[in-house]
Amino acid sequence: MSPAYGITAVVLVSVATLLVGAIGLRISRTTSDFYVASRAIGPSLNASAISGEYLSAASFLGVAGLILARGVDTLWYPVGWTAGYLLLLLFVAAPLRRSRAYTLPDFAELRLESQPARRVASALVGLIGLLYLIPQFRGAGLTLSALTGAPTWVGAVIVAGVVVANVVSGGMRSITIAQAFQYWLKLVALLLPAMFLLRAWHHDGGPTHGLHLSDWVEPLQGHYALYLTYSLIVATFLGTMGLPHVVVRFYTNRDGRAARRTTVSVLALLSAFYLLPTVYGALGRVYASDLIRSGRTDSVVLELPHRVLGGTAGDLLTALLGAGAFAAFLSTSSGLVVSVSGVLSQDLVNRWFDGVRAFRLSGVAVAAAALVLTALSSGLAVAHAVELAFAVAASTFSPLLLLGIWWRGLTARGAIAGLVVGGGLSTVAVLAVMVGANPIGWPGALLSQPALITVPLAFGTMVLGSKLGRRDLPVHVASTMVRLHAPEAVDLDRGTFHPDRRTV
Amino acid sequence: MAGWRRRPGGRRGLGNEADRATFRTLHTASLASAALRAGLDETGVDTSVKHLRALLGTPAVAMTNTERLLGHVGLDDHHREGATALAHRAIAAGTTVVSAAGELDCEIPGCVIRHAVATPLVIEDRVAGCLVALTGQPSASLLRATEEVAAWVSSQLDLAELDASRHRLVQAEVRALRAQISPHFLYNALNAIASFVRTDPDRARELLLEFADFTRYSFQRTGEYTTLDEELRSIERYLVLEQARFGDRLGVTLRIAPEVLGVTIPVLSLQPLVENAVRHGIAEKPGGGRVTILAEDLDQEAIITIEDDGVGEDPDRVRRALAGDESLDSIGLSNVDARLRSAYGEDYGLVVETALGAGTKVTVRVPKFAPGVRP
Repeated sequence: MSPAYGITAVVLVSVATLLVGAIGLRISRTTSDFYVASRAIGPSLNASAISGEYLSAASFLGVAGLILARGVDTLWYPVGWTAGYLLLLLFVAAPLRRSRAYTLPDFAELRLESQPARRVASALVGLIGLLYLIPQFRGAGLTLSALTGAPTWVGAVIVAGVVVANVVSGGMRSITIAQAFQYWLKLVALLLPAMFLLRAWHHDGGPTHGLHLSDWVEPLQGHYALYLTYSLIVATFLGTMGLPHVVVRFYTNRDGRAARRTTVSVLALLSAFYLLPTVYGALGRVYASDLIRSGRTDSVVLELPHRVLGGTAGDLLTALLGAGAFAAFLSTSSGLVVSVSGVLSQDLVNRWFDGVRAFRLSGVAVAAAALVLTALSSGLAVAHAVELAFAVAASTFSPLLLLGIWWRGLTARGAIAGLVVGGGLSTVAVLAVMVGANPIGWPGALLSQPALITVPLAFGTMVLGSKLGRRDLPVHVASTMVRLHAPEAVDLDRGTFHPDRRTV
Repeated sequence: MAGWRRRPGGRRGLGNEADRATFRTLHTASLASAALRAGLDETGVDTSVKHLRALLGTPAVAMTNTERLLGHVGLDDHHREGATALAHRAIAAGTTVVSAAGELDCEIPGCVIRHAVATPLVIEDRVAGCLVALTGQPSASLLRATEEVAAWVSSQLDLAELDASRHRLVQAEVRALRAQISPHFLYNALNAIASFVRTDPDRARELLLEFADFTRYSFQRTGEYTTLDEELRSIERYLVLEQARFGDRLGVTLRIAPEVLGVTIPVLSLQPLVENAVRHGIAEKPGGGRVTILAEDLDQEAIITIEDDGVGEDPDRVRRALAGDESLDSIGLSNVDARLRSAYGEDYGLVVETALGAGTKVTVRVPKFAPGVRP
């Protein structure tokens, strides 16, 4: 296979990303003489942007690899990552928008009226962002290695470099149009090769060898399969609402109603996208089953065109897939690093450095830490690594959001206790798995999928901690609840603002 | 033991024992004053009575307003009524009252309280409440101390009252600002519309509708906050009306990042700045000029700049206008500045860059989320 096409594609995508970061701010602003204000971002554009930022290395490469290796049980990954938005739609989207919180720590401060709660939330945003970056960097390494034969660290360093360059230059700050474009780029980059591959498969007479093995098609096989599956479901269903780069996008919605419409569109866009990795996984079963033995299942998407079609067509399609994959790493990593550095610089680093420098330093520090952790966790499947980040998000921010929005009894003390318990336990499990701990029996199952234990524990701690100190209810809890739940169109007294009585 | 006792005072070698006692007292007073600055209500009183007890060195302290007990520390249930009754006597008398012998005696074991001193709290020459110190042993020095502490508490409450009235003043100014569409503007806008009635009736109709919407936004009474979107719409209407009058002499450029349209800002915080740009920047320049309005997304903040290439202004006069000099005809510059600071904190004031003949650029920074802003 000629590496020239692949290298060209990756370089093009990286340069395009940097250019959008540098000059994109100019393009993305609507410039006109009059009447630009009313051109707010509509739900469908916003949904494309959310999907573009959300679909990461795990979705682009990892899901197909897992389906190839482990069969139908792993379909819960794409299902869960989509269904996470269903829970977001039902319980969180509109109230979160009405809260006018921009970040998760903002929500914690608004609802709990406590600075310590805010700082704990900020630290967790940093942690989840870091865990989520690791599979992105790993995916980049795999992609570049598959395209050019370079060692895996090269791709990771390139993505980290481009993202840091973007953050330091101040670009790529939530440009909606650019992120929306990323979704369609990723969809086309996966759809076009899939169509060619399916045509070739049909031409071959539709071989199905390798697809009928019972341990691939039948669900719930292997030890602790029931626990592992339910744990995966809990982590992915509840984790989506705790992702820092997803939540900030809801601020762009006009009101709670628009936030709901956006989420419905996201559900449609993701459902369409996630059909494709399944196709790649099944085709990989037919044409590339040797990857399972060599343990390189994550690169199945990139290997298939070459194996099925060969020649220049295979090279071109591989280059397109590589470009799409790199777009996925870059967009998700940029979104993550920007939102995480924003939160860290505002709440934690600002004690030592001022605004812009704090932002840049946080960005560099987060990217560097993620690179180091990527090097340490080389044995982990990309999709599983992403799911571990989801497990931490599900054990921390999902109880904070769900209880904070739907139970007026949540107090700052209870919330902090729950965040610390859920975040602490899930992080211990995740780090253990990342450095390669793999005990046999129940401990191994608990470590590799901790969510089914840690999520209920976090919920329980929050409820119990709040009940114990019931007198510590935030002062404005009643007006906060009205604000979260009353539609904007309802004309009611939302209380007035008293600058002298702000909570400190 | 000695080492333990020094700890609250901080580092060793910080003056002798008397100095450290002074520091401790001042520290306690500053803690109490922070709570008192919220005014005479339950939340502030609850915190401050603890520090006041430390200042007075009595077993119990209570504070009332003219009607009821607001907060207390160390006061058991059975003395509450007695303390309140004594407070009412002090409020009625307007001077310090000491409990009569035997008035506060009780049979509860372990209760040391036998006497009380009640001193009225005076805010702006009006009795607003009462401070009650309860003790086992009455003494002349406690009487004196209670009166001094009550005087100090009164002065803190005075300051709280001042804070509150400053806030009310700013609100009143907003109401005035809403009612104050300049008569010149009304006259000019209606004249401009009239001039189109014959030549271009469609445009005249559109302008009249803009005029109606503009006045409705400016005159609305409710709500201290609005979205950047709403405010910009009103600004656009204003600019359309001004352009009908100025024609080609007024150029306008808006460049708005759509991501920040949902940001919450104080109502009518940008429109006065645009009016200033047109009235003082462009209108006075012979060939006319251009107003540029930019809104940028900076992750956690939005940056809004309003720039004109008009005649500019003496920076010294702008400084005086920002400080609130009313002799200068700058609509609401200091009011906008004050409201931005009170909503988002002292770091978020207006930044004005200008010089004579060099145009004017006003920069407004707004955080996307501010805990106190509850629209």
